[in-house]
Amino acid sequence: MAKFIVRRLLWLAVVLLVVSAITFVLLRAVPGGPFQTERGVPEPVLRALEEKFNLNAPLIDQYLKYLSDILVPTITGPEYRRTLTTDFLINIDLPFLGEEAAFRWMNFGPSLRVRSRTVNMIFTENLPISIQLGSAALVVAIAIGVPLGIVAALRRNTWVDYSSMGVAIIGVSVPIIVMAPILQYIFGAVWKVLPASGWGRPEHIILPAFTLGFAQSALMARLTRASLLQVLNEDYIRTARAKGLSERVVVLLHALKNSLIPVVTVIGPLFAILVTGTFVTETIFAVPGMGRYFVTSVGNRDFTVVMGTILLYAAFLVLANLVVDIVYAWLDPRIRYT
Amino acid sequence: MSAVKTQGQVSPSGVAQLETHIKGESLWASAMKRLFRNRLAIIGLIIIIVAILIAIFAPVIAPRPFQQTDFRAKDTVPEWVTYVFPSMVPKERGGYVDIDNSYAIGADTLGRDLLSRIIYGSRVSLMVAFVGPVVAIAVGLGVGLAAGYFGGWVDTLLMRIVDIMYAFPTLLFIILLMTFFRFSTEAPEPGSLQAILGELDRAWGGMFLIFIGIGLTSWMQMARLVRGQVLSAREKEYIEAARSMGVRTPGLMFRHILPNILGPLIVAETLTIPTYISYEAFLSFIGLGVQQPQPSWGSMIAEGSRAITSYPNQAIFPALALFFIMFAFNFLGDGLRDALDPRMRGVD
Repeated sequence: MAKFIVRRLLWLAVVLLVVSAITFVLLRAVPGGPFQTERGVPEPVLRALEEKFNLNAPLIDQYLKYLSDILVPTITGPEYRRTLTTDFLINIDLPFLGEEAAFRWMNFGPSLRVRSRTVNMIFTENLPISIQLGSAALVVAIAIGVPLGIVAALRRNTWVDYSSMGVAIIGVSVPIIVMAPILQYIFGAVWKVLPASGWGRPEHIILPAFTLGFAQSALMARLTRASLLQVLNEDYIRTARAKGLSERVVVLLHALKNSLIPVVTVIGPLFAILVTGTFVTETIFAVPGMGRYFVTSVGNRDFTVVMGTILLYAAFLVLANLVVDIVYAWLDPRIRYT
Repeated sequence: MSAVKTQGQVSPSGVAQLETHIKGESLWASAMKRLFRNRLAIIGLIIIIVAILIAIFAPVIAPRPFQQTDFRAKDTVPEWVTYVFPSMVPKERGGYVDIDNSYAIGADTLGRDLLSRIIYGSRVSLMVAFVGPVVAIAVGLGVGLAAGYFGGWVDTLLMRIVDIMYAFPTLLFIILLMTFFRFSTEAPEPGSLQAILGELDRAWGGMFLIFIGIGLTSWMQMARLVRGQVLSAREKEYIEAARSMGVRTPGLMFRHILPNILGPLIVAETLTIPTYISYEAFLSFIGLGVQQPQPSWGSMIAEGSRAITSYPNQAIFPALALFFIMFAFNFLGDGLRDALDPRMRGVD
């Protein structure tokens, strides 16, 4: 198991390296730079800015410098001051090494467009919003999907089954950009019970979270149904019935618990997908999260923000899958990794 | 030949009938039969066929050209729309909405006919629905066949590439890719590859680059599926038989393996079509998709949702169109899966 985890973490490093290289090449191949404005920038100013942000060095040097800023950790003493070029995402105090000593890691650099902020500041400001939205959507997906799937499986091939699976197909077929305006209109304009867009008050999260979670709830329902149906066909369920247990005990105690194993394991990647997939929802509902910021950053050629976001999200996706594999082995003793 | 014929005439009619009973049914024929018994799949198929006809005959059906603007008709709706959307109170009843009954479902902020734009917009969604799978299959099939058939280091290398592509957050990647395509084909050196791509793209109203973007980000699933299917087909006796009869590698791949793994591929791609359609809608929504004045349902929803509380019809009608076409492809995909592999019925 330990060997398996180490190998996967090494693989994660390879993946992030390739992802960062592809992103870097693509970004730099796009015409236009982060300092261009509509009125144009005088040549000397442009050159000074490029000098300052190391953009006139050979591309390979820039790439290596960027990587080493992120990858190489440093231990700083009392002389450390947080500046635009020395802002680390991970800061751990090391009191045993002396006053104000700290382990600092992952410097994503300054934002090239918003020149008073670092990429880390933008992360700490916008990411929590996307994570909140993603978590709320996950709750919606589970709260709707799992009960729907259980009911459908227990009443297999009845109208209950057909109508729940009908809801599931609707959920899969309705993209967010369809769902969002309909909900905005009904709740925001006709009934006027929820704000149609915006962020800040608790009620703002309801519509975007429901929009984002509903499509995934359909997948959860299908998965729960399929898994429960499969478990109900297992021998140990027949044994449980044969010993004369009531249907309620068979379903609740024996079947349900095991049927939820695949459901629990998709929660990890599902959460990752929800958090990293909030672009459309954030754009439509005017939610100031990372997704909306990313779209703007690509347009602005804010190289450091774009690189940072992609790397962070890719690491998140790969780690979520790793966690699933570990949880899977823990929940189902029949699974062993070598 | 004539001998057989005479024999057939001479033999009693009962025998001839028996022979027609014995006649086998191919996998595809029986699958089609099962598909046509599935009512939801047929509804989906009918919706898709109607949509295709609408897209082909758009210039005939559309009441107005999609780019024709009329500022006197800005944000107007016909009377019936105000009954569907109760918040749209017409001016005569003390509201803010202008009535113009000559527009079937209303006009947008530039005074363009919404119905005509939805009709022309179907072209984009349907093109993506058909070209997306073609690109994904073309790339994925090549990679998957090579990986599955040759095995060894070819397999390892190709599957590692697929793994890395999977780690890329798809939406981030496609945004990045589209930005790259859009801006590097804008003012390229004449005669370069970018210039040709840009030329093609402008001729297609911005659709060409969407196809490439979607294709580059969605072949991995197909590659994995093909590889798995090839690995299992490769060990079957009929492949061994074909090889022992001297069939060479390309023949084995395309004549013997490919036809036998086609079913699962078709099902997988049909079920992915809605994803392609929603990618296009999303890209057009954030302005990286089709280019003005070409209408797409995604860009119409984007424009309409800015005024969703005052003029809901501008976003909700294209949204409904998108909903119906995705619904149709989902039903057809589910039906195809049940028809081609009856064992998978009821299992997701």
